[in-house]
Amino acid sequence: MSQTFKIRKGYDIKLVGEASSNDLGQHSASTYAVSPLDFPGITPKLAVKAGSKVLAGDTLFFDKDRPEVKICAPVSGEVAEIKRGAKRKILAVLLLADSETSYAKHDAFDLKKGDREAAATHFSNTGVGAFITTRPYGVAASMNEQPRDIFVNGIQSGPLNGDLATQLAGKGEAVQAAISALALMTSGKVYVSHDADAAAVAELQAEGATHITFSGKHPKGLVGTQIAKAAPINKGEVVWTVNAVDLPIIGRAFLSGEYAPEYKVAVTGSKAMNTGYATMLQGVSLNGFISANFNAENTRFIAGDVLTGTQLATDGFLSFGKAQLTAIPEGNQTEFFGWVLPGFGKFSTNRAFWGWLFPNRKYDLDTNMHGEERAFVVSGEYEKFIPMDIFPQQLLRSILIRDIEKMEQLGIYEVVPEDFAIAEVACTSKLPLQQIVRDGLNDLRKEMM
Amino acid sequence: MKFVQNIFDKTRPLVEKDGKRNILYPLHNALETMAFVPDHTTHSGAHVRDAIDLKRTMVTVIFAMVPALLFGMWNIGRLHFAAIGEEAALLDSFLFGALKMLPLITVTYAAGLGVEIYFSWKRNHPVNEGFLVSGLLIPMIMPVDIPLWMVAVSTIFAVLIGKEVFGGTGMNLLNPALTARAFAFFAYPTWMSGDQVWINTKGGEVVDGYSGATALGDLATTVGQGLGNTATDAVMAQFGAGGHYSFMNAFLGLIPGSIGETSALLILLGGLFLVFKGVGSWKIMLSFFLGGFVMAGIFNVFAVNEFMGLNPLHQLMLGGFMFGMVFMATDPVSAAQTETGKYIYGFLAGFFGIMIRVFNPAYPEGIMLAILFMNVMAPLIDYYVVEANIKRRAKRVAHA
Repeated sequence: MSQTFKIRKGYDIKLVGEASSNDLGQHSASTYAVSPLDFPGITPKLAVKAGSKVLAGDTLFFDKDRPEVKICAPVSGEVAEIKRGAKRKILAVLLLADSETSYAKHDAFDLKKGDREAAATHFSNTGVGAFITTRPYGVAASMNEQPRDIFVNGIQSGPLNGDLATQLAGKGEAVQAAISALALMTSGKVYVSHDADAAAVAELQAEGATHITFSGKHPKGLVGTQIAKAAPINKGEVVWTVNAVDLPIIGRAFLSGEYAPEYKVAVTGSKAMNTGYATMLQGVSLNGFISANFNAENTRFIAGDVLTGTQLATDGFLSFGKAQLTAIPEGNQTEFFGWVLPGFGKFSTNRAFWGWLFPNRKYDLDTNMHGEERAFVVSGEYEKFIPMDIFPQQLLRSILIRDIEKMEQLGIYEVVPEDFAIAEVACTSKLPLQQIVRDGLNDLRKEMM
Repeated sequence: MKFVQNIFDKTRPLVEKDGKRNILYPLHNALETMAFVPDHTTHSGAHVRDAIDLKRTMVTVIFAMVPALLFGMWNIGRLHFAAIGEEAALLDSFLFGALKMLPLITVTYAAGLGVEIYFSWKRNHPVNEGFLVSGLLIPMIMPVDIPLWMVAVSTIFAVLIGKEVFGGTGMNLLNPALTARAFAFFAYPTWMSGDQVWINTKGGEVVDGYSGATALGDLATTVGQGLGNTATDAVMAQFGAGGHYSFMNAFLGLIPGSIGETSALLILLGGLFLVFKGVGSWKIMLSFFLGGFVMAGIFNVFAVNEFMGLNPLHQLMLGGFMFGMVFMATDPVSAAQTETGKYIYGFLAGFFGIMIRVFNPAYPEGIMLAILFMNVMAPLIDYYVVEANIKRRAKRVAHA
């Protein structure tokens, strides 16, 4: 019998442009890119150079401080270019794909006989270890760590998130293999969360896991919330988190030894001409796909959802670990006396506007800030959206003054930036909460290493 | 609205960094962002944002103050004409009051925003909206006849010492509007208390039996006279049904006092609006009311004079209690910031407010002092609330 938690604090941002059940087919391209920027907390060290031939699953770069954290090529082909920015910072490794993908040779893994050490090596070498995030800090996990528990997030409740049942359909065997592999990595439990308010995902009913169920509002779909409710993190503990949508990729790496980061990507947003699901590999160039499926005029393209996604250029590449594309209008227009007018049609989590009288209305939101940045003024605002036993504003203040001890005391180990995303949307003072938390985690990590 | 935008575009080079009138940049920016919500888009974190901003929050508070403000204007005129024995139509009373009030408001905004703009320019940040509310609160808690320069000096003191030295809006320890009032109260006591300042009587002879005192001023005279003393009968009769300061008159606001503070009814209406809009904290308002009621109740039970013996509800309708509850104690920056802390903060502010008022009749405005005192104490309350969370977390580690 699985435990059920009801999430009362939070907010469901309802947007137009939900993914329809349309199958948008397979999208592939001749160029692929993997960016170290998708991995906060990693100092990339290249394993390839321009002109190198790679197979799918060959390491492209690894973390300088933790060489077991490897990021691998999604396709086979040739390294076309190492894209660098200021101070030679690596922005992306560009690949020219072969027409037929050949995979790096890894043996299949015997999940019945394998032990932790062998599993760790397999995770690391096949590249699927990169799908595991570690808390505290919210960075890619090192397979040398001993996590207390592992949380698999099987809830996609963010704005316009795809339907997990669709995305995992028919991949039950790989999902089970992934869960079994994860179970080898911890002496604790592997938790798998389920959404009580969405269609049950049969593929996720894996053996060897502890199943927990959540109902209520977003952020029930953030693994941070799930951890806080089921088994909060204490200082000195390490917990790993995995998104359910990545499980088939992990499973395949164990079943056949192949690294094939393929997703059914939910195509969403008010600027999408065709919504639905398209099959594509992580890192694929979206050039062409975007012009075919989106109205690109004055549009913000996002890999992921509007809360935590990464902004993409129209010729961008599918970011690591993202199974959703969202396109919304840019809000680069002024509004005459917008702050005084009643604003009946405006989106607000705050009752100062009238939208709360229409809880089921869907909005076509743009990217306008709706105001300028200010100091903290309003209190009690963030608490409404963060269902954890945490004082968000006090924690943020301790980060801003770089008081490491206070950060620890106030529970920074329990959070990652995404936990503050809804509060960031709602913030009256327009403060960059997620960036503040990321900076705090980086400082803390530097201090600890 | 193109032409408005054009004006801003045309004048911008003048005030920009190398422009001749750079000191006016904050003002230019403030006016422009007021006229047009800027076209800024999200660049980090979440890609969409709530329509709310600080301007919206502040203007909501101003809307909530308008009924009490308009009533206050009318009440100025009403009391004035009654004092000199003239009949006056509603509109005449209102216009008389409005003409008294507008200079006060203008001077307050000019003085306060002047300081704000100077600091914005010096510190290179946009003008914050906080003063939009403070600038209207200050004239509403002044006596009608206070000289304008005193208002200006008090306002400048409040913005400078109450706010800017701490870092501006969001960083202040004390409620700026109350700081202004406290400054005026202690610097110019003859203009801020007594029975000469609450009603404007210029331009006529006062009628027989006229008294310019406030309800609290009169009540203070009963202290030390004991309960049921016939000497206090005349004063206490005013608090009975049909008296000057009857419960109904106090509730409706037909009594002398600071300009905006008298009408409990309209202040409550504003308070309900704030709670309905989610801008004012109902936790603070409710606990403030309860705190005052409990204190007044205790006094009522153990009364040794008529002031203490006053009906607790009646007590709360007098003076600045309601105004303090709705508009002063709820200032989110100077109040307690934790949800649990808000209950404690509000309760104690109301509790001490009535206590100071009754125990020390020289300070009829105990509410002001109590809220300022609790402003100072709020961080301490928050400290203990947060500390409890830290202990809870530490305990979890110990058990794990």
